[in-house]
Amino acid sequence: MAKYDFVMAVGGAPGQGIDSVGQVLTRICARHGLHVFTYSAYQSLIRGGHTFLTARISSEPVANQGDKLDLVIALDRNSLETHLPHVAPGGTLIYNSDDVKQTPERDDIQLASLSYQELSNNTDRKKLMLNVCMLGAAMKLVGGDLKVFEDMLTVQFLKSKGQAVVDANIDVARAGYNHAVENFTAFDAQFEKQEPVLAVADGNSAMAMGGAAAGVKFYAAYPMSPSTGVLHWMANNARDLSIMVRQCEDEISVVNMVIGAAHAGCRAMCATSGGGFALMTEAIGSAGMMEIPIVVINVQRGGPSTGLPTKTEQGDLWQILGASQGDFPKIVVAPTSIMDGFDTIPEVFNLADKFQCPAMVLSDLTLSMGFTTFEPDSINWQPEIDRGSLINGAAQSDGKYLRYEITDSGISPRAVPGTPGHVHVVATDDHDEDGTLISDEFTNPHKRRDIMEKRQRKMDGLTALLPPPTLEGPEDAEVTLIGWGSTQSVIGEAAQLLTEAGVSTNHIHFKWLYPIDEDAVNEVLEKSAHSIIVECNYTGQFARFLRGETGFKADGQIRKYDGEPFMPHHIVNGARELLSGKTDLYVPYQEIVV
Amino acid sequence: MAKRERSTRRERPVKGAPTAKDFQGDVRPDWCAGCGDYGVLSSLQNAYAKLGKGNHEHLTVSGIGCSSNLPGYIQTYGMHTLHGRSLAVATGAKFANHEMNVVVTGGDGDGYGIGGNHFIHTMRKNIDLLYIVMDNQIYGLTIGQASPTSLMDMKTKSTPFGNIEAPLNPIAMAIVTGATYVARGFSGNPRQLTELMYNGMQHKGFALIDVFSPCITFNRDNTTAFFKQRVNELEDHDPSDKAAALEQAVKWGDEIPIGLFYQDTSRPALDEMEPVLENGPMAHQPLGITQEQGAAIVQRMM
Repeated sequence: MAKYDFVMAVGGAPGQGIDSVGQVLTRICARHGLHVFTYSAYQSLIRGGHTFLTARISSEPVANQGDKLDLVIALDRNSLETHLPHVAPGGTLIYNSDDVKQTPERDDIQLASLSYQELSNNTDRKKLMLNVCMLGAAMKLVGGDLKVFEDMLTVQFLKSKGQAVVDANIDVARAGYNHAVENFTAFDAQFEKQEPVLAVADGNSAMAMGGAAAGVKFYAAYPMSPSTGVLHWMANNARDLSIMVRQCEDEISVVNMVIGAAHAGCRAMCATSGGGFALMTEAIGSAGMMEIPIVVINVQRGGPSTGLPTKTEQGDLWQILGASQGDFPKIVVAPTSIMDGFDTIPEVFNLADKFQCPAMVLSDLTLSMGFTTFEPDSINWQPEIDRGSLINGAAQSDGKYLRYEITDSGISPRAVPGTPGHVHVVATDDHDEDGTLISDEFTNPHKRRDIMEKRQRKMDGLTALLPPPTLEGPEDAEVTLIGWGSTQSVIGEAAQLLTEAGVSTNHIHFKWLYPIDEDAVNEVLEKSAHSIIVECNYTGQFARFLRGETGFKADGQIRKYDGEPFMPHHIVNGARELLSGKTDLYVPYQEIVV
Repeated sequence: MAKRERSTRRERPVKGAPTAKDFQGDVRPDWCAGCGDYGVLSSLQNAYAKLGKGNHEHLTVSGIGCSSNLPGYIQTYGMHTLHGRSLAVATGAKFANHEMNVVVTGGDGDGYGIGGNHFIHTMRKNIDLLYIVMDNQIYGLTIGQASPTSLMDMKTKSTPFGNIEAPLNPIAMAIVTGATYVARGFSGNPRQLTELMYNGMQHKGFALIDVFSPCITFNRDNTTAFFKQRVNELEDHDPSDKAAALEQAVKWGDEIPIGLFYQDTSRPALDEMEPVLENGPMAHQPLGITQEQGAAIVQRMM
């Protein structure tokens, strides 16, 4: 079977049900066994403005939005006018003729019009189900199974809205579908069912699920886009899974509660975005000083300041690296795909527990709010849980317990409050082996040096455990693309496209960002050809970080900071431009403006 | 001050009824001689002893400031956290192990200034903590600036021409914000203070004890003598009467009431309302989820 690769998009105003139609579409594809990745370009409004959802549908796993729009559903006139030029030649644009005064003009695409007023028999004046009617027409064009569509409408609406709403939706879906049968030309490439049937996850849910699997027993949050999905998942599942979930007065409270819960023995986690993370920074240092393992997720959005609440960026790397004053052991990891977010959380909890330090997970809007399909059996619900050197509950003690005992590894056995025989005080002021402050009366340079070196020795063990970046593609490539975190799929696809076009390209991708094993990383970087670092920020934060840690200076950089994620051709075009030698910095132009 | 080498911190296993001595820490307080905080410390040690639990069953949490050094001088599990954040940390710890007796100690700058937001919301949520504020109406550790409870006209290093900001009233604030045990003590009356602390620990819900704990070095206005002349133990007062409590709370001047202003025993503490705690402390729950739970989650995603 030839590879199926198709992009469908839905544009409209917030309130027109783009999210729900997106969920229905994604589930329809998943039920056909087709893989989907969705990206929603939206704005920070409950109503008004414009939303554009892109769903890339493929017979193979897919994790970026691709380069073209085969089929666009325009729910309002604004969407029709905005996206008419974006439809790929040979594609189709479905629009509602009731809205249109002037017939759109383009002769290289199918302009598929329907009158919703007619198709709904004028029963839905508020056009609440226009989205479903148009998706019905679209289903016909791509060969989707109408029965599956109807089932998914039931899944979507039965529980929340009841049978009458389900029936009404099914009626307009059929009307749209039948209208397309008679009036539109279907695409040559059609949906073909394949096994297994897939499930659908967004990135925030995947990380929350990873937390549940890792044994998170305490989750706290203050709502902040685009991280709030983690809170919602946790709140919904808290009682079933026995997880304490708290919404706090601010992010300072969030992270300090997490520290308290972690110290008292729970695996504890929180998620926020850049502004909330900024409020957390002092406490992250205190977790480093008190040697309490916590996991903090930062879902990056466009900065600086309140910035772009609904747009993506990889602009918080330096904030994360520099969070809090002084030196202390810490872990920074950036998941490379939605389902990698699931796997990353248990991995990073084991490291945080083992090395008793804060761990920070860098996601971004693209990854956290994107949806992907996954094979239901592919999830490891019971990953390894290693709590490291932990003393919890009944324990024997010779009465000489030292919380910060100086050891070769820097790791000191950690007793949880409530454990008999291990009473001690942890402090954010520096302290000696038994926890007594060395900040005031007992200040002593030798003790300070010993305890500082003890803490920092943990970094040696930690560094040795973190895997170096991956290298994909031909070893003898002409070009090497280097990226980090959520861009793995889009950079990988760009490398493949370049190679297919005769520019042999490979791809080095970083997931574990800090600490860096200089030698191991340089061993990989030495294999690079004409090297190009690709990232979503203005100043090349990762490029500067990598240079500082390893001395490696890339030949060129591709940076995007307009709020929208990379599409593969942005990187392909950038690589060509950089190879031509005219510049060493390429900033792609974003064609699709919402 | 002479430095001294100290012995390793040791927990004295409690055999029979504990005494205040069992809760004495190995480190000598670095407070000034004559500081009110000594009276608070000894009252707390007495209250812990009276409660009868072992050292390991208590967690003493503080923020930053002179008074926040207290956990180091006491023999329980302790957390000496960031400036203003003690209530948030203590809340997390309490929810991780709600069977522990969690006591939070600190000063007026720590609790009512930088920690003001946490103070309000911890009361609102009625978290089961005892919060002891050693209120000296001054910033001591930073050598003498105005605090949220400094009186008008007070001259400090940051208000050399007299304070023009009004102080907040922690007692009235606590009563209206949702605390369910609100008291005021005086370090010069350790008998009453111990009693207030002991009852506050046993109270299920958020308990505030604002303690006049005079700073001998930086507050020359509100001294021990100042309070000795003015404080009066509340008499003929019904703590279950919120309006009466507020009436007492706003009294200030030649007579300042101390004692239990308000107690509401009808409102459950937050941990009592949390179904996930039904199986015991979170910190002792098995980690992770079962395959069946995982399968049910995936089923909802299809």
